[in-house]
Amino acid sequence: MIYFDNSATTMIHPQVLDTYNKVSQRFMGNPSSLHRLGQQSSVLLEKSRVQIADILGVESSEIFFTSGGTEGNNWVLKGTAIEKRSFGNHIIVSSVEHPSVSNTAKQLEELGFKVSFCPVDRNGMIDCHDLKKLITEETILVSTVVVNSEVGMVQRIKEISTLLENYPSIHYHVDAVQAITKLSVDKFLTPRVDFMTCSAHKFQGPRGIGFVYWRSGAKLSPLLTGGGQEHNKRSGTENTPAIVAMAKAIRIATDDQEMKEQKIRHLKNALATGLQQYEHVTIFSSLDDESSAPHILTFGLKKVRGEVLVHAFEDKDIYISTTSACSSRQKTDSSTLHAMGVTHHFAETAVRISLNHQNTIAEVEQFLVIFNQLYNKFSKIYS
Amino acid sequence: MKATEIMIRYGELSTKGKNRRIFINRLAYNVKQSLHAYPNVKVRADRDRMHLILNGEDDRLVMEQLKPIFGIQSFSPVVRIEKDTELICQTAVEMVKDIWKPGKTFKVQSRRSDKEFIWDSKDINKEVGAAIFHGIEGIEVKMIQPDIRMEVEVRNEAAYLSCETIYGAAGLPVGSSGKGMLMLSGGIDSPVAGYLAMKRGVEIEAVHFYSPPYTSEQSLNKAKDLAVKLTPYVGQIQFITVPFTEIQEEIKRGIPQGYWMTVTRRFMLRLTDKIREKHQGLAIVNGESLGQVASQTMHSMLAINDVTTTPIIRPVITMDKSEIIEIAEKIDTFTLATQPFEDCCTIFAPPEPKTKPKVDKVRKYEERLDIEGLVERAIEGIIVEEVKSSDSFLQTSTQEMDDLF
Repeated sequence: MIYFDNSATTMIHPQVLDTYNKVSQRFMGNPSSLHRLGQQSSVLLEKSRVQIADILGVESSEIFFTSGGTEGNNWVLKGTAIEKRSFGNHIIVSSVEHPSVSNTAKQLEELGFKVSFCPVDRNGMIDCHDLKKLITEETILVSTVVVNSEVGMVQRIKEISTLLENYPSIHYHVDAVQAITKLSVDKFLTPRVDFMTCSAHKFQGPRGIGFVYWRSGAKLSPLLTGGGQEHNKRSGTENTPAIVAMAKAIRIATDDQEMKEQKIRHLKNALATGLQQYEHVTIFSSLDDESSAPHILTFGLKKVRGEVLVHAFEDKDIYISTTSACSSRQKTDSSTLHAMGVTHHFAETAVRISLNHQNTIAEVEQFLVIFNQLYNKFSKIYS
Repeated sequence: MKATEIMIRYGELSTKGKNRRIFINRLAYNVKQSLHAYPNVKVRADRDRMHLILNGEDDRLVMEQLKPIFGIQSFSPVVRIEKDTELICQTAVEMVKDIWKPGKTFKVQSRRSDKEFIWDSKDINKEVGAAIFHGIEGIEVKMIQPDIRMEVEVRNEAAYLSCETIYGAAGLPVGSSGKGMLMLSGGIDSPVAGYLAMKRGVEIEAVHFYSPPYTSEQSLNKAKDLAVKLTPYVGQIQFITVPFTEIQEEIKRGIPQGYWMTVTRRFMLRLTDKIREKHQGLAIVNGESLGQVASQTMHSMLAINDVTTTPIIRPVITMDKSEIIEIAEKIDTFTLATQPFEDCCTIFAPPEPKTKPKVDKVRKYEERLDIEGLVERAIEGIIVEEVKSSDSFLQTSTQEMDDLF
């Protein structure tokens, strides 16, 4: 099997699974319980928080556990809307956001908030001038993704942060689900960022767990009220095994991070070089180190719908994806490519390869061999 | 440049006259205790200095151990070499090079007790100074307040070079002032009091009152962990657990509410004093701070102190809470002390304790209780344990937990 769909989800790391099992069985207490078992779980929770905070270079009091990226994004958008509605009702999100941001924004729109979708250029990049033009006195939130999950461009978070320095009352949220452990944290966690969302299953952690970095001083309403867990900001019994496992996963994923990034980028470049040999292949992802994620390569084969290619590879036990797992079951083409101005005709061919550091150059070569066979098979449609 | 020995300068011992030897011997003993993991190190305690001959042990690791030991004013890593002029110059240059950064100044300061040596101390200053000046490009000489002070000492047996001075914990060697019983609750103040008493040379044994099932095992373990935090200054501490349940229940049964606290404290003091007597202690140490809680008014203290004439050392008596917390953070007991477990002081805390209890009234109320019997039974039940710096009680599964990450 060749697994090239790591942006959809990753395989849980064996050591992380081991931690998950041990915590489930050995430290089963509810962290809110007063007895020793509860105390132990609560210690584990805080140790996890500290470990994650240390890796990000922030305070442990700034880490809040959630059920994953979707909850995190919903929380920051809706929580800001509730918290700051007396100050304004305008929200800006980019037009290349993950659906957990863009659909949440649309839902808020139905509730009476004004939402602006900031355009991007043909490379999918947000232009700060465009963003600035959208800001009004009513604006309470700007939300931008760091690494786009469909095509893999890396937004200029630092530039946006600099722009937003002049608007201190606006919440700035970055969706770092695809970025965390893939890019160095200081590239996107600027001092201006108020909130950042992350999800464990993208870095070989368990599913259904994630966290929000919440800069101290910023204000956000809770979405989940109840028993008062997470300092009254996110109630619900903590998923201790998953949280500890996530802390371990992020530690393992960020060990030798630079080396892993280089390796993944090398694989991506090898894939791109191989695919570029073919006349009818279009590469949608940038290959520039600065503006593209190391692990995502999106391309299309002319006149072949992405879905067809995905299944053709699947027959050979190779797993890739149409542009994002979340939208691939829908019959619409990529919203990101659409925002980048790619015509429907091209966009519907797009498929995404997403790598992790355990992929090998041998797998890349094998992939290219298979691609060559498929290309020849489909070549009759070009004549 | 690896040091061959560490030279230790004593703290305020110069004033101790004939008792000096006692202080030095105690310090040497404490140093040896704290270096048990480095068996090759030889300790030689002279009148003015203590020398640790490293015999190959890592100087940085050894120096780390010295930092918390009270009674050490400062220490320096020293290189011992043959009394060869060329070798002295060359070694001096290397040692300064190791720590020099652009912009830093130096001077040479020398002493010569070997009068046969070819250079006198002025010559040494001049020659070694010149060697360093020429050997390190950009370095400058400064006679007053130089950044680096290269000290050269030529003695009969060898030459000693050092250019780094690290400040120690100062104070007096723990044990040189005798033994005190520390009343250790689970709070912020008592560990700080223990630390400050140790700094004045007091050897500590910790006395903790335990009232199961009203207080949990965690609160006992928390107190033990607090004692562990104090071990770096002494090596190990006797931890004495006093069963206190029966006394507290009796007080609650027989004493008016307003006086519960006063009587409780009087019992604690009686018991601590009994233990002190048995263990040959000379004083009691506690974390009382004036005006902090009802038991810490002067009226209260008068009523509580009525049960003993033993000296009570109260190192934090006049400190503000913020000053105490500052020390607690420095000695790393604050986070632990603020963990929320009920202790024996809070569990039977009356809603309105008397802040001005009257001594004669307390005495009268206590007549209702079988004081001697209660004290005797509590003393019979005490448990004495030794806590060491490697111990951890609150988190018995710390290692297991750490492995999860």
